[in-house]
Amino acid sequence: MNEGIVISDITKSYGKTKALEGVSFTVDEGELFGLIGPDGAGKSTLFKILATLLLPDSGNATMTGLEVVKDYKKLRTEIGYMPEKFSLYQDLTVKENLEFFASLFGVSVKKNFDLIAPIYKQLEQFPNRFAGNLSGGMKQKLALSCALIHRPKVLLLDEPTTGVDAVSRSEFWEMLSDLRKHGITILVSTSYMDEAKLCERIAMINNGHILAVNTPEKLAESIGETLYNASADEMFRLLTELRGIQGVRECYTFGATLHIVAEKDFSPETTIKILQKKGLKDVKIYPAHATIEDLFIKLMQNDSE
Amino acid sequence: MQIRILAALLRKEMLLMKRNPIIPKIVIMMPLMVMLVLPLIANLDVKNVNVVIVDNDHSQLSRRIISDICHNGYLRVEAIEYSHSEALRIIEDGKADVIFTIPYDYSKNIISNSGQLDIEANGVNATKGMLGAQYVAQSVVGTLTQWREQQNPNIEIPEISVINRYNPTLNFKNYMIPALMVVLLIIICGFLPTLNLVSEKETGTIEAMNVTPVGKLTFVLSKLIPFWVIGLLVITVGILVGGFVYGLWPVGNVLAVYLATILFTLLMSGLGVVIANGSSTMLQSIFVMFAFIIVFQLMGGLFTPIASMPEWAQIITYGVPPRYFIEIMRSVYLKGTSVSELWIQYVALFGYALVLCVLAALTYKKQS
Repeated sequence: MNEGIVISDITKSYGKTKALEGVSFTVDEGELFGLIGPDGAGKSTLFKILATLLLPDSGNATMTGLEVVKDYKKLRTEIGYMPEKFSLYQDLTVKENLEFFASLFGVSVKKNFDLIAPIYKQLEQFPNRFAGNLSGGMKQKLALSCALIHRPKVLLLDEPTTGVDAVSRSEFWEMLSDLRKHGITILVSTSYMDEAKLCERIAMINNGHILAVNTPEKLAESIGETLYNASADEMFRLLTELRGIQGVRECYTFGATLHIVAEKDFSPETTIKILQKKGLKDVKIYPAHATIEDLFIKLMQNDSE
Repeated sequence: MQIRILAALLRKEMLLMKRNPIIPKIVIMMPLMVMLVLPLIANLDVKNVNVVIVDNDHSQLSRRIISDICHNGYLRVEAIEYSHSEALRIIEDGKADVIFTIPYDYSKNIISNSGQLDIEANGVNATKGMLGAQYVAQSVVGTLTQWREQQNPNIEIPEISVINRYNPTLNFKNYMIPALMVVLLIIICGFLPTLNLVSEKETGTIEAMNVTPVGKLTFVLSKLIPFWVIGLLVITVGILVGGFVYGLWPVGNVLAVYLATILFTLLMSGLGVVIANGSSTMLQSIFVMFAFIIVFQLMGGLFTPIASMPEWAQIITYGVPPRYFIEIMRSVYLKGTSVSELWIQYVALFGYALVLCVLAALTYKKQS
């Protein structure tokens, strides 16, 4: 029996809208697993089902061998869930929130403090500050501490880094990889593609179904297409021009440059010449490494077709 | 396990309530304001009813009736006229509230039991006119009773059966103070739990709560018990203000008042939780609660006596729980009725409280 998370064929609709359609994947015990997808892909719905807050229309999921529908009572003591929305009591202090959640689970803060110590460290300077007055990053750290205080075996984090600044985000991810040492299975969702490579394995979700599951590296390789970076003085004109050139299957903005998905007959040198003839200056086209984002764009396009 | 969780939840509720900028003030200030101000405003106490007397009899008896009216503390004789039309003019001028007519040969006719007195009240100020007419009637009956004993015990006294026991002068304060305490409990114990629970939904804290092993009943109890305490606090403030400011202490046992309060606060906060469970925003819950509160206030017998409602409405009032609480409060306060005499009302309150609290626990869903 898998001690991590096993999700099999979960379907959930809200009226006519299908939020999840036949979602299945497995998270191994102690794994840091990312669920990557745009807003509205169904990530939060899946988390709510796993957190025993929502009943699936069909399908089932088990965590640490317990079923979300049947064993929900027992399961609630085994999982830690951090909802997308900050859900601690804003009018309670940092310390009071932590102690309150500890007493709900019947554990003492002291006994489990080793687990949250690295996270709680920064909050210790102001234990009597109201949770509502904390900064976004601090709020997330407190929420994570409260979700961990009862030593859950599975941690469900629904977009924990949304709306958090870049420094706090990277700190947050460091904390997550630290937690793996304690053998906690972590399922984390995000809409930031750059966070995907910090996970051991990821599942890509769009429109309620899973597009791909693998390690970030393997997924990036699996794109199976030649990619080029392109840049010039007039980026927008470059984009429209490139889209009309032979051998360019796809062209989209990617950070400060453009990514070209090339057909076999694409030649960077001739393309540069064509573009220069059209009056573009500083035209550069060079091979690019495929990333998760490239794959995602490809899969999403296939998906909508 | 659940007892310890309940203790933690209650501690949290108390902390949050203490820190709330408004609730502690409402719990103390609202009863004080309502009890100090409203009895003075919502006062139907009628004094100085102006009476115009039309005396066409001019007998010894009529003079005696008039003299007694003159000496009645609640009545003031504005004028004694000779014709009804002149008396009516005084009413039209707004100077008098009641016309009292003693017809020609009344003192002779009364011996043959055919005498008739006429009391007309100005209906514009309905309460004053109605009560004024009653005062006049009472005064006249008193005079006639005395007169009969001296003259001829066989004479029939015109029957006027309005006698206000327990609140002899219909002192409206005595009538309103117990009812105002009910109003306070309806509002405070109805709205606060509703808003408290819906705000947990709005801020999302309920999500974090729902993934914990907190039981449904435990959670609902943690929302009911604080308002039970608040209800007892509110009624205590009410009893003290009623006693010290208006001199109205319950004639009956004060514990009977508290027993009813305990049942009623559970009932109201149970209803509040049921409404909160069914709404997802504060606005929704406030609207629904408001609908209930209006019906409770208007149909519970607070202002309009249930006995003067149409029959179909009287039947509906059996489904309006404050009805029983108001009956208990007024009976215990004014008549000194005991719990055993009011057992039907207590059982009704208990029944409604039980049903609503069970409903509150059943409608609270941790899963959707």
